[in-house]
Amino acid sequence: MSRGIVTFILKRIFFFIPTLLGLLILVFIISRVIPGDPAALVAGETATPEQVKAIRIQLGFDQPLYVQLGVYLRQLATGDLGKSLYSGRKVSQDLFDRFPATLELTLAAMFISVVIGIPLGIVSALKRNSLIDHLVRGFTVSGLAIASFWLGIMLQLFASMWLGITPLGARITGPVPTPLTGLYIIDSLLALNGQALLNSLKHILLPALTLSFASLATLARFTRSGVLDVIQKDFILYERAMGLPPKVIVYKYILRNALISTVTQVGLLFGLLLAGAVVIETVFDWPGLGLYAYQSIVLSDYQAILGVTLVSGFVYVAVNLAVDVVLTLVDPRRAEL
Amino acid sequence: MSGARLAWKKFSRDRLAFGGFLIILALVLTALLAGVLSPFPEDTHKIHPATRLKSPSATYMLGTDHMGRDILSRLLFGARVTLVISIIAVATSLLIGVPLGLMAGYFENWISELIMRVADIFLSIPQVILALFMAKTLGPSIPNVILALSLTYWPWFTRIVFAETRSLKKSVFIEATEALGANPLRTILLHILPNVSSSIIVRSSIGMGYTILTAAVLGFLGVGAQPPTPEWGVMIAESRQYLPDAWWYAMFPGLAIFLVVLGFNMLGDGLRDIIDPRLRRSFE
Repeated sequence: MSRGIVTFILKRIFFFIPTLLGLLILVFIISRVIPGDPAALVAGETATPEQVKAIRIQLGFDQPLYVQLGVYLRQLATGDLGKSLYSGRKVSQDLFDRFPATLELTLAAMFISVVIGIPLGIVSALKRNSLIDHLVRGFTVSGLAIASFWLGIMLQLFASMWLGITPLGARITGPVPTPLTGLYIIDSLLALNGQALLNSLKHILLPALTLSFASLATLARFTRSGVLDVIQKDFILYERAMGLPPKVIVYKYILRNALISTVTQVGLLFGLLLAGAVVIETVFDWPGLGLYAYQSIVLSDYQAILGVTLVSGFVYVAVNLAVDVVLTLVDPRRAEL
Repeated sequence: MSGARLAWKKFSRDRLAFGGFLIILALVLTALLAGVLSPFPEDTHKIHPATRLKSPSATYMLGTDHMGRDILSRLLFGARVTLVISIIAVATSLLIGVPLGLMAGYFENWISELIMRVADIFLSIPQVILALFMAKTLGPSIPNVILALSLTYWPWFTRIVFAETRSLKKSVFIEATEALGANPLRTILLHILPNVSSSIIVRSSIGMGYTILTAAVLGFLGVGAQPPTPEWGVMIAESRQYLPDAWWYAMFPGLAIFLVVLGFNMLGDGLRDIIDPRLRRSFE
């Protein structure tokens, strides 16, 4: 590795810290400064004035704001996100338990988008202006216009309610495979538990399909434009003139060059999928971070809402950092930009 | 004049942009004329237990909901809610984001740094999650949805305007106006702003689609518009209890969202193609 790359990566990691700090302060401002009485929010809608007062003193909301900010940052540094009103447990524990479900759903959706989206984009570009190309383009334009929660409900209506081939929601029915990773598909593979594998695949199909829809469209679109860009390059013209067989040109030269931008896109989409999971999980009763966020909102469990916001912001920032670092290792030219 | 005519000619020939434009025109007319067009205008607030959950028919073209209200009429009035939310939210984001972007791009000092860092922080959290959190903190209502959407969308404008202003600043004609002694305000307003306006228009159109989707999500999750407001996201949330029998109740509001967002996306994509022919090649 050249020194340039190392400096670049270190710089990116260094910039991660102020962004994270900014994120924390932003969430702090929204939760403590914007509402008239943050203690009333934390205490919940049914609390008596005495309870609100007790919470205000207990959580230090009667202190000046800068003191509160200091206490808040110190708590976060130790991983303390407060207690959930509803479950009575630590919010951090709740989030930790639910994270694998969201991760599994996100990875499954990413898998579907890559496996379907990239080939669609390639075929559409190579057969430019054919029927397939028009269909793919129509799909990419409309894929980004569909409200994901509605798509999920429609899939439930057709596949689960009318045809009865997929379950309505939840992650699994029956015994859970021996937990190792917390991802049911991987766990059941590791335990060679065919029944659990089939069952969890059946459960994940619709939510993953729904979640993948927008990213699938984006990937197809990016791949298509990437391939078209490369096709027009001089070196492709040169190879054609050399008489190289079209297959070699496509596989060895066009795809390899075109897919660089697609890979970048895959990384960026990961964060968006995590965000999209919030909505999809509520539709499919998928017990991950999103459903937790929704339940906390319904129950006005404010500490839990704050925790989910912070953690999802953190994961999003961290994922983007990781993508950036990996891409720089793959394509060192990025470090020079 | 001939410039405008040429642009219109180009625009009306671009199927994508023009199709989107027609959809949006229809939406605006619908919103304006909802009172005249809807067969049962009083159904935004009145309930009719006798006509509960009727399937689509000649009288109720898109069926009725669980309170016996005509879904078509509610969708037409919902166009108003959607348009009001998204137009105000995008306009507010513009008013916050564009001046900040111009400032940060034109001047190169600590204030520009600060503006861009703050914008980056906003962009580092997924917008849906940030808007959800804000809307919950502020309390569920339409004005608060607008506020949450505006406060989360402005950085997109800032980032685009910043990048374009920075590159324009290096161009010869800006250097020339500065050499002639034009003050920064004049340079920014008369020379830079007109040159970044096309990107702003494209971004606004795509932002409208995005904002409509996010507003529907907030309504669906219960932190946005509240029943009995005929907001499309709220209608879908209410319909879920009555599935699979009342399929029309869930299906049509989603189709309305789809059509409208599609319109804005098509217009945005089409305009971008017209404005930047270099991109057109790669997308066609």
